[in-house]
Amino acid sequence: MTMESNHHLNFLAPQPDRSWLGSWIFSTDHKRIGILYLVAISTFFLVGLCLGLLMRLELIAPGGIIMGPQTYNALFTVHGVIMIFLVVIPSIPAVFGNMILPIQLGAKDVFFPRLNLLSWWLYMFGAGVAVISLFTGGGPPDTGWTFYVPFSTMTKSNTTLSVFGVFILGFSGILTGLNFITTVHRLKPSTTPWMKLPLFTWSLYFTAWIQVLVTPILAITLLLIILERVIGLGLFDPTKGGDPLLYQHLFWIYSHPAVYIMILPAMGVISEIVPVFARKPAFGYRAIVFSGFVIATAGSMVWAHHMFVAGISDTAVMVFSFLTFVVAIPSAIKVFNWTATLYKGSIYLGPPLLYALAFIFLFSLGGLQGLILGSAGTDMHVHDTYFVVGHFHYVVFGGAIFGFFAALHYWLPKMFGRLYNYEWATAALFLKFIGFNLLYFTMLIMGVQGMPRRYYDYLPEFQNLQVISTVGSWILAAGIIMMVINLFYGMRYGEKAGDNPWGGATLEWTVSSPPPAENFEGEPVLTRSPYDFKDIKAPHAE
Amino acid sequence: MQNDSVGSRLGMWLFLFTELMLFGGLFLLYAVYSNRYPAEFSRASKELSTIMGSLNTVVLLTSSLFVVLAVAGIRNNKPRHTVAFLLATIACAGIFLGVKSVEWSEKYHHGLFPNTPTLLAKPKGEIVFFNLYFTITGLHAIHIIIGAIVLGIITWSVYSGKTSSNDYVSLENSGLYWHLVDLIWIYIFPLFYLVVP
Repeated sequence: MTMESNHHLNFLAPQPDRSWLGSWIFSTDHKRIGILYLVAISTFFLVGLCLGLLMRLELIAPGGIIMGPQTYNALFTVHGVIMIFLVVIPSIPAVFGNMILPIQLGAKDVFFPRLNLLSWWLYMFGAGVAVISLFTGGGPPDTGWTFYVPFSTMTKSNTTLSVFGVFILGFSGILTGLNFITTVHRLKPSTTPWMKLPLFTWSLYFTAWIQVLVTPILAITLLLIILERVIGLGLFDPTKGGDPLLYQHLFWIYSHPAVYIMILPAMGVISEIVPVFARKPAFGYRAIVFSGFVIATAGSMVWAHHMFVAGISDTAVMVFSFLTFVVAIPSAIKVFNWTATLYKGSIYLGPPLLYALAFIFLFSLGGLQGLILGSAGTDMHVHDTYFVVGHFHYVVFGGAIFGFFAALHYWLPKMFGRLYNYEWATAALFLKFIGFNLLYFTMLIMGVQGMPRRYYDYLPEFQNLQVISTVGSWILAAGIIMMVINLFYGMRYGEKAGDNPWGGATLEWTVSSPPPAENFEGEPVLTRSPYDFKDIKAPHAE
Repeated sequence: MQNDSVGSRLGMWLFLFTELMLFGGLFLLYAVYSNRYPAEFSRASKELSTIMGSLNTVVLLTSSLFVVLAVAGIRNNKPRHTVAFLLATIACAGIFLGVKSVEWSEKYHHGLFPNTPTLLAKPKGEIVFFNLYFTITGLHAIHIIIGAIVLGIITWSVYSGKTSSNDYVSLENSGLYWHLVDLIWIYIFPLFYLVVP
């Protein structure tokens, strides 16, 4: 452990007794581990972004422009695998869960600090294996990120290794989830009542439960693919009595709840930002907590709505369609709670709130599209079209990733002690918002008109919309680059943020920015509710 | 926070949930396939030796008793008992794996192994039965091996005095893991060895 005098130093201060690299990659400090994740995840995000841009460029005109069909197959697969397993699933929990959760709770670290470091190493190992799989064996996987059988068991591409990489990433997620649940239960100060926990903490708590309970199903499913490829097991092979439909069931039993692993933490971020920038307590605190619980449970029972046209029975279609509509209710409750919190609030349109508003808009659109896909009749028409691709990106990009952007603008000043440029942040958001809608709304229209997903080529009548979509991808990318530069520059050279730049009432705003290495001296005693802003001055109010 | 044994046990229980879900996926496949091929599952089940399976069940149940006695030993501040019982548990793991490998190699010599011509010539339901049998018992055997290694490390830790009656949560957690491995076998045994038509 560090010496007594180091406790008051901020956690970014150099540690003279260790090498610079060692003080990061072997640190068990939750804040440093959060930053390790931030670096890794941002890097993979930019890689995935480039792959997406390449795909959009290929689609700017019919026929092969810059690649052939096989390369295109590999691109959408690798784009999906990177964005889902390396970026979106770990994004908010691994980065901001690590950075913020223990401070917000009033703890000095997570419950298992060394396990936390192991999770990061497993993440890097899994990512490494996935990257190696791109350049070895039969070339990058070309199955789509869902690894559907029989294709994943028969393709000559290097699927075994990339599946194994995802398997390891699953371990990393499980251990992080297990750590967070134990942290909340055991390190919550005894004086803090459960119903005064910040909503971000609650959302991470429910997310962690989903992660712990469903990720093992993915693990065993991926293991069966590996066994099928390596020893010809055949549990999903009809010639050996297996049923490929069961693969889809097992896969979606994990992968649908995985959507909630992505979105719940983002909802938690929004639930933090909205009250702070409206200077009002979160409307319906209990309803927000409870709806998080309902999303976690009901969201785990809707998986077969991905399989309406895969040959499941009509009864199953109706049951899963009904349950899908049920899940929409708690999500809507949250949206109503956020808007009700803003109502008659003393609103300051700072960058974090603007990002939160963008989230609410894009996520609501994405959620409503989900109902079109969730009702069996309309799903028959748009299944496997661009409508699905558009919807998916509205929810996962417009939802989870915009939530991540909001969190960056809200908490990075706390972590680095410096502010970014507000005008740039706002301009970047508007660029992204415009680019995003050009890019993905056109996909919805093309989907309804019958453009199938996963094709590198298309009929000439789609070209106008495809061009608009591709131009949208450039605007979106420009906005992202602008945001990255602004944040990066701000964290290094921006003006000092002070301890509480937004006037927040949760515990992380009571410590200095950057936080001290040990977070608190002694056990902090909660003096107010998480959204009680009485006597807290918002610096922007002057 | 390292001294909070309740928290450490909570973490272990969460990990055990993930293990249950891992096997749960395979049990789900079993449920669907046995429902689809009841006659074939029953016929294939007759190929397995109930005697061997019962023997292994007894061995594992006994090993769980030894783990309980090992924990009791350290609670009563008798570390030498604990070491002895842990060694007995590891011996049980060895016996279990020995019996299992006899069973597996016998099947292998009869050509009953995933993707062999003999197996593929059988009715589809029986192919699925043996594929599931080798997958589930194989995954379980891996867990037995991991459990035995963990218990071996803990034995050393108790022997050298690192784990003592003051702090034995790591022993308790290893014991929990071993009970889980045992528990899963309690489900595997009837599902594969005692299928009735």
